[in-house]
Amino acid sequence: MSHVFVHGLGAVSPAGWGVPALRAALERAEPVPQTDLLRPGWPRPLRVRAVPPPLTRPAFLSHPRYRRASVISHHPVAAALEALGPDAARAQAGELRIASILCMMAGCVTYSRRFYEEVLQDPSTASPLLFPETVFNAPASHLAAYLGSRAPSYTMVGDDTVFLQGLAVAADWLAAGKADGCLVIGVEEMDWLVGDALHLFARDAILGAGAGALYLRREAPAVNAIELAAITDVVPFSSEADRVKAAQVVRQQLPPGSPQELWCGSSQGRVRTDRAESAAWQDWPGARLAPKQWLGEAFTAAAAWQCVAACDAIRRGAVTAANISTLGANQYAAGARFTAGSTSPIA
Amino acid sequence: MTAATAVPAARPMLFPSPRQTPPARVVVTGAGIVTALGLGWFFNSEGFRTGRSGIRPVTLFDVTRQRSRIAAEVDLPPLARTGMPAQRPAARWDRATQMLWLATAEAWFQAGWATAPDTPLVLGTTGGGMALGEEYVRHALQHPGTQRRQATRVVNYQAQRQARDVGLALGVRGPITIISNACASGANAIGHAWELIRNGRAERVLTGGYDALCPLIYAGFDSLQALAPTPCRPFDAERNGLSLGEGAAVLALESLASAQAHGAEILGEIIGYAAATDVHHLTQPHPQGDAAFITMTEACAIAGLGPEAVDYVNAHGTATPQNDATEAAAINRWAGSRAANLPVSSTKASVGHLLGAAGAVEAVVALMALRGQWLPPESTLRMPDPACTFPLVQQPTTARVNVVLSNSFGFGGANATLVLRRWT
Repeated sequence: MSHVFVHGLGAVSPAGWGVPALRAALERAEPVPQTDLLRPGWPRPLRVRAVPPPLTRPAFLSHPRYRRASVISHHPVAAALEALGPDAARAQAGELRIASILCMMAGCVTYSRRFYEEVLQDPSTASPLLFPETVFNAPASHLAAYLGSRAPSYTMVGDDTVFLQGLAVAADWLAAGKADGCLVIGVEEMDWLVGDALHLFARDAILGAGAGALYLRREAPAVNAIELAAITDVVPFSSEADRVKAAQVVRQQLPPGSPQELWCGSSQGRVRTDRAESAAWQDWPGARLAPKQWLGEAFTAAAAWQCVAACDAIRRGAVTAANISTLGANQYAAGARFTAGSTSPIA
Repeated sequence: MTAATAVPAARPMLFPSPRQTPPARVVVTGAGIVTALGLGWFFNSEGFRTGRSGIRPVTLFDVTRQRSRIAAEVDLPPLARTGMPAQRPAARWDRATQMLWLATAEAWFQAGWATAPDTPLVLGTTGGGMALGEEYVRHALQHPGTQRRQATRVVNYQAQRQARDVGLALGVRGPITIISNACASGANAIGHAWELIRNGRAERVLTGGYDALCPLIYAGFDSLQALAPTPCRPFDAERNGLSLGEGAAVLALESLASAQAHGAEILGEIIGYAAATDVHHLTQPHPQGDAAFITMTEACAIAGLGPEAVDYVNAHGTATPQNDATEAAAINRWAGSRAANLPVSSTKASVGHLLGAAGAVEAVVALMALRGQWLPPESTLRMPDPACTFPLVQQPTTARVNVVLSNSFGFGGANATLVLRRWT
């Protein structure tokens, strides 16, 4: 049996930098304030929930790799370093091989848009400094360089559920001994282009951004052990009826829960979007949490916040286990389960 | 109710892992390919065997203001002649999806997988449907406030949608994994698919890579002054940059037991894969090719063989001064004394650099070499770089080829190596 344990959590969200800020916002159970995001040519700005600047300048920004990088590279490294804790220094010293899997849906959209705007004006003068930062795996490359890690690194692209797929790949890598630890990170950045696209499909959805990270290892930590117990199939959908069915399949693949357990879902507080997931989990007996409702729609980053928030609740002893339900933007439904201690995972 | 009773037994979930069994042997039973050399195995095999080049002036978009004006464009047939499904969605497929379809369908039908609805798809790409993304941005900038067809562009731009469209056209609804590790994406995808079967997570996987030429990416490489004004010359002492190409390649991978059970013709076996990260620089490899050395060494270790057992190396060989020097150093270091008579070539001389598709196309070339017992030459090579202690294949060559090693290295230090073996 493959035992995989969560050794650290990290988050950057519209609530602020760090897991404590995320926790505080979720405990307040109030939407994080919205800000305006201008769209060129539009009279009205988009309303979004953006990541605030850090309270103090993070030390990693002095690393040469982060000189020109955009926030889509800043946020994952901040989340990763928080998740790694003291192991970051051990990785940098060459004592630990840390693999990484970065998951994203929109990609490095800010620099891609800026670079393409330059191409539209005159391709012969488009900036060679911008282009490398447009590539999907630029944030993963910067993170590996900061940690000095030659271990495998994948950048996986898909809807929200790709974060859960990333956890499964990480578990396989750990089982195969490809690394001592593996970071799985969901990240999305704020740009009017993404907000504009989201607006096409859901006019009342509020775009969010940021990153969430889980640091996984095979051995159990000495205290506060949280085990990754299960990740369900990814269940495809294409219509509303399929969405309902997909959410139900995810529900069926996970244990039914108890009053001491948490359900952490992907509902946004929007009746139409939430219908399928709400129906599948209406009989959940324990506590409920839905980070997107307070932090905004941030796709893979939001799926990561779900897992971070659930693991944080287990770590603090608030619940004994948590089921995660993620209904992705346009591809899959998927779920996961985390448990306290070394409870036997699903066989 | 126990946890165990809550879980349907139809198939294993993504995690926990299946019980450990001896690793399955993984064979290739179908291969589809689309490049500037043509559509399908036959035309590409002949093109690579003879060293034909598909690099020519760009016609897909305006490059008059760029330093380089050439690329390896694919001649796509009209939609109706590609065997594409007649349903409405196919009419909206962009160039990248069309190429992915052609390669996937060829692999699928060659493998003889009449029904396999749960087959996973593992694909590599760097741009997905970038041409649609460009249209979206252009429309949003030039016509703010009007959103006609913008939703369609957004949906179809995304890589997961292209994979799903192609899968659905074949009746496949299995899980889709998209790996975007720059120019190693295609090799990473095949390697990941190989691991899924080897570890017992799947019996069959469709895997490969695809990328289409587009103004953003062309201008990007041009801005870096990475493009050559003339067809690229990998490992030439006077090489002056890469040529971009486009295309797709897809492999039908299955366990040996699965292939034998349905009597499939086996094209070759994948026996090793490794990935590592070069942390030297975002766009420049470590001068000694440390990560390349790691992937070649580890992939061969997994395959259970050393450099002496390798008959040909299909190099990444982009023809940029730094990449080729780095790869040459890594091959010299890895191969040791074997380097003196180890044939090496880069097939980018024929089809350009296909970015996310490169590793997949080169895996198919490796299969072609194993099947046909020949080595693909570089027709553009004039004066080999003295840094190469190994012989570069310059002429069409017949040879005994039992094991091929295929390298793929990408932006950001994504390095991957595949090892393929002849099936006899």
